Amino acid sequence: MADTKELINALSTKHGVERRSLLPILQGIVEKENYLSKESMLEVAKVLDISAAEVYGTASFFSFLDTKERGQYVIRVCKSMTCDMKGKEEILSTIESVLKIKLGETTQDKKFSFLETNCLGLCEEGPAMLINDDYFVKLTPAKIREILDRYLRNEI
Amino acid sequence: MTQKPKKVDIIFSPYSVAPYQILKDTMKRSKEEVIAELISSGLRGRGGAGFPTGMKWKFAAEQKGSVKYVICNADEGEPGTFKDRKLLMSVPRKVISGMAICAWVTGSTQGFIYLRREYKYLVTELQKEIDIFTHHSKEVGLNFNLQIFLGAGAYVCGEETALIESMEGKRGEPRNKPPYPIQNGFLGKPTVVNNVETFASASMVCRIGAIEYKKFGTSDQRGSKLFSISGDSPKEGVFELELGMSVESFVSEFGDGDTKAVQVGGVAGFCVPRKDFAKAIIGDGNTTGGSTMIFNSSRSMYRVLHNYLDFYAEESCGQCTPCRIGCQQLLKGIEAVKKGEKPAEYLDQLLKLSESMRLTSKCGLGQSVTNSFSSIVTNFREEMIF
Ligand SMILES: Cc1cc2nc3c(=O)[nH]c(=O)nc-3n(C[C@H](O)[C@H](O)[C@H](O)COP(=O)(O)O)c2cc1C
Ligand code: SF4
Ligand code: FES
Repeated sequence: MADTKELINALSTKHGVERRSLLPILQGIVEKENYLSKESMLEVAKVLDISAAEVYGTASFFSFLDTKERGQYVIRVCKSMTCDMKGKEEILSTIESVLKIKLGETTQDKKFSFLETNCLGLCEEGPAMLINDDYFVKLTPAKIREILDRYLRNEI
Repeated sequence: MTQKPKKVDIIFSPYSVAPYQILKDTMKRSKEEVIAELISSGLRGRGGAGFPTGMKWKFAAEQKGSVKYVICNADEGEPGTFKDRKLLMSVPRKVISGMAICAWVTGSTQGFIYLRREYKYLVTELQKEIDIFTHHSKEVGLNFNLQIFLGAGAYVCGEETALIESMEGKRGEPRNKPPYPIQNGFLGKPTVVNNVETFASASMVCRIGAIEYKKFGTSDQRGSKLFSISGDSPKEGVFELELGMSVESFVSEFGDGDTKAVQVGGVAGFCVPRKDFAKAIIGDGNTTGGSTMIFNSSRSMYRVLHNYLDFYAEESCGQCTPCRIGCQQLLKGIEAVKKGEKPAEYLDQLLKLSESMRLTSKCGLGQSVTNSFSSIVTNFREEMIF
């Protein structure tokens, strides 16, 4: 918690304490802590002098501002039409079997969260996914295994 | 023999002049002359609504007050669209030049590139380009500060007023229009919001002139347009094509020989079935963002529609009832018909519902659901039932 306070202080010094500073501050927290905990949202409300409901209401609107605990690496597989046509189902089932978790879940060691998302703008090279900010395209089950293996062995 | 689509090479052509030479040359002319040139070029917005760009800039220039903003809409969330990403990766200087020219003619000193969160991997390179620009802008004495604003993941934030709301730190819920951003935009100040491709095209108009630019396209839609092509096509990717081609001509070039339908304009656009290929024209106000998805005969149009409706139900901001409830009802409705829980005639009721969503929804998201819904349900009715 002390760390969170410090982080929010640093972020508000960088981005300001106006209402328009809210998104950059929330993004900065997610970047460090993987999600927005209740404590962090309460602290942001205090620093920006707005109600905690406003902070939560805004955060919950955006898919990259998770208010649920997430792992260190958030996997987002595109589920929109072109990727669906190109075999996204097989990608999902491969991830499920490698990480042994279902869509929406986080591994016990809090290393991976596994989500779906809408079009990533990589359609011509689908199926596509993001792991945190990095993109991966032309996915096949074999390629997925190889990518996840690298993350599992911390070779990234 | 079907005529092939005409490929054009303006927007993606390699830089042929020194960095920001277009800006420097343009600033030697009068602002009025530049706006007149843009209006005469017939360039319309490439982000969806198709508003004449020159007119938008003229209105913005006429607004009183010393604080104005220029925003580049790089939220690119329409499924099947990826041309703005390619533009920002390969010719960012054309986009930034367009923004700078806009700032100069309208009297703005602050600009933002609103980049969708999914494209965060572009930030580093883009920031380098902004730094290069800043160096050149000082040289010509243009006071225009440019920043990247990173979105946080919401399709509706591509709608210009929702985009502004989110920049102000609020939920990305569209505002009522009017007032338009030109009058009352970011922080209540006059704001020009244009698509990435619009800014790049505007800088190309400034370089080659309206007369040259007008030689491309139809009387209705001038110039060239980027198309993001994906699906059952051996040539997926971004292509710069002259506006006004038929779907038939498009399919002859980009289809796989077995094309059953083409989704023109993304999920917000129309699904054109094979029987209409010859008469349907791409570029007739239906290009929203230039997303074109090609489906061959192996594809289930039920699955396609289900995917779109799932998208809409998730991305509706929930602010107005017709769209919030309507999207979910349409999704549940087609599932019920498919399972035989509802009779086939129920589809007609759903069509009426989608039409009332068009009439009563607050923003373009809810208003456009009927485009793909009615074109798929009407043309592929059997596939919805059996
Ligand atoms: C739901 C919705 C999503 C939109 N998404 C985008 C987008 O991602 N990019 C964009 O440029 N315009 C988008 N628009 C259109 C914008 O509201 C606006 O018309 C456009 O940015 C204006 O720029 P232009 O005149 O250059 O097209 C969207 C509109 C709606 C209703
Ligand atoms: S039409 Fe849909 S997305 Fe638009 S304001 Fe209404 S609920 Fe929100
Ligand atoms: S459909 Fe998957 S990236 Fe666009």
